[in-house]
Amino acid sequence: MNELRNSVLRILERDARETPERIAAMLGAPEESVREVIAECEQYGMIRAYRTRIDWEKAGEPRVFAFLDVAATPERGTGYDRIAERIYRYPEVHSVYLVSGSQDLRVVVEGRTIQEVANFVAEKVATIDGVRGTTTHFLLKKYKDDGDLFVDDAPDRRLAVTP
Amino acid sequence: MKPLSRMVQSVPASGIRRFFDLVAEMDDVISLGVGEPDFVTPWRVREAAIWSLEKGYTTYTSNYGLLELRIEIARKHQERYGQDYDPAREILVTVGVSEALDTAFRALLDPGDEVLIPEPCYVSYGPCVQFAGGTVVPVPCRAASGFRVSAEDVAAQITPRTKAILLSYPSNPTGATMDREGLQQIVDLAVAHDLYLVSDEIYDRLSYDAPHISVASLPGAADRTILLNGFSKAYAMTGWRIGYACAPAHVIEVMMKIHQYTMLCAPITAQLGALEALRRGDRDAAEMVADYDRRRRLFVRGLNDLGLDCPLPGGAFYAFPSVERTGLDAETFAERLLQEQRVLVVPGPVFGEGGVGHIRCCYATATDKLTEALRRMQTFISSL
Ligand SMILES: Cc1ncc(COP(=O)(O)O)c(C=O)c1O
Repeated sequence: MNELRNSVLRILERDARETPERIAAMLGAPEESVREVIAECEQYGMIRAYRTRIDWEKAGEPRVFAFLDVAATPERGTGYDRIAERIYRYPEVHSVYLVSGSQDLRVVVEGRTIQEVANFVAEKVATIDGVRGTTTHFLLKKYKDDGDLFVDDAPDRRLAVTP
Repeated sequence: MKPLSRMVQSVPASGIRRFFDLVAEMDDVISLGVGEPDFVTPWRVREAAIWSLEKGYTTYTSNYGLLELRIEIARKHQERYGQDYDPAREILVTVGVSEALDTAFRALLDPGDEVLIPEPCYVSYGPCVQFAGGTVVPVPCRAASGFRVSAEDVAAQITPRTKAILLSYPSNPTGATMDREGLQQIVDLAVAHDLYLVSDEIYDRLSYDAPHISVASLPGAADRTILLNGFSKAYAMTGWRIGYACAPAHVIEVMMKIHQYTMLCAPITAQLGALEALRRGDRDAAEMVADYDRRRRLFVRGLNDLGLDCPLPGGAFYAFPSVERTGLDAETFAERLLQEQRVLVVPGPVFGEGGVGHIRCCYATATDKLTEALRRMQTFISSL
């Protein structure tokens, strides 16, 4: 069962549009089992979301992203959880990770302008109790995002017929 | 002027050529007529080759190929098939399986020697045998037996002039694979009649339902088998032109003599790329294979839904459905499908007589293209 489940997940991870019918065909499994597996994954939170990765630059609505290194003081009992929560509740925050190294949290913030992001960091993040400092890196160009290329890949160069 | 070689002129031109000319004038064709992966070579392999060029690895190598590469090839065969080859004397690195085939037949054959070739099969076997002065004896394989060659059919063609049997599983064009017993029966025949076996296992990694069985690893086979393999399919390296032969030392020595004078050595850049593929490319290969497997099931089910009967092929990246139920022969089907719906498939008879009534479709293509190809085929079939 777990083998089927993870095979289904691997397919959906690459393309959330694949239908249970097609997935069943690809795996040689009954469609009904695939539906059950997907329902179970949704129910138990193994599937967190179905999304579309969009190149907003191309869509004419560029967005500003910044990577934020946050140094914070952990708290007894809860570590960094409370501080992380105060950050991730904001809709302009894309992702929050606890990381090893000289900084503690790595945060991805999204905004419409550099000013907007800078203000958000200064007003909302830097001022949280327990945050010792922040370093902001603005994203200048996206090459690859979560496994997807944002630059044009090599075209199919194969001849139409080969033995 | 004096005529060109009669022997070479007696070999017919490839049946694929015609489709090539047809398609050259068309737009928006979905080609299932290719014989190579749609992936580009894994980046780590390309990067290793670029690095080698930067560092000035631009020389000839040993005629046999780089020793490190032969050591890795030996390790692969030991790990996957429990087969031991001596990297120093039993492995020859070649310019693709193509050169290995040519060299193998030239090493084996004297004029008039016969080679049994199960058909349908890859298009180069027959011409290579003929260029080497040998005679091709086709052994037809039928759809009813899953295009696997049967020992009885082989035995029926053995004569005192028979020198070798060619085996090629997983198969281009049928995708057929052979099980241990079926192969062992052929090996036993070879032993009984003192024949060589030439086994082209270039699709070994692309075996989906059961682990690949390497012919040379079967009892009795090692000292009469020339095993051919390469990097084109498993590592998406068709353009690099690199492959190899493994065989008993005295056979490799003769093959090396030919290779030495005709090719000198395989290109060093390709050899270093292949070395990286064997050392660190396993995960890349495994991911491509998993992808082909999903496309295989999706595409073959689609074919059957269209009424093109196609048992699930066990290996390679080809489906070889029957078009008999459409009432068209394979050539007409392929030609009309291309002209009316712009989907290119290859008629089975191109690969030998056993391919009558079938078409070869390569599913090494993105799934949305496969789906679109199936949709167009549906439109075509409904219009008949
Ligand atoms: C069965 C078979 N053998 C050999 C080859 C040629 O391989 P290479 O690229 O190593 O010369 C092909 C290529 O299509 C093939 O399908």
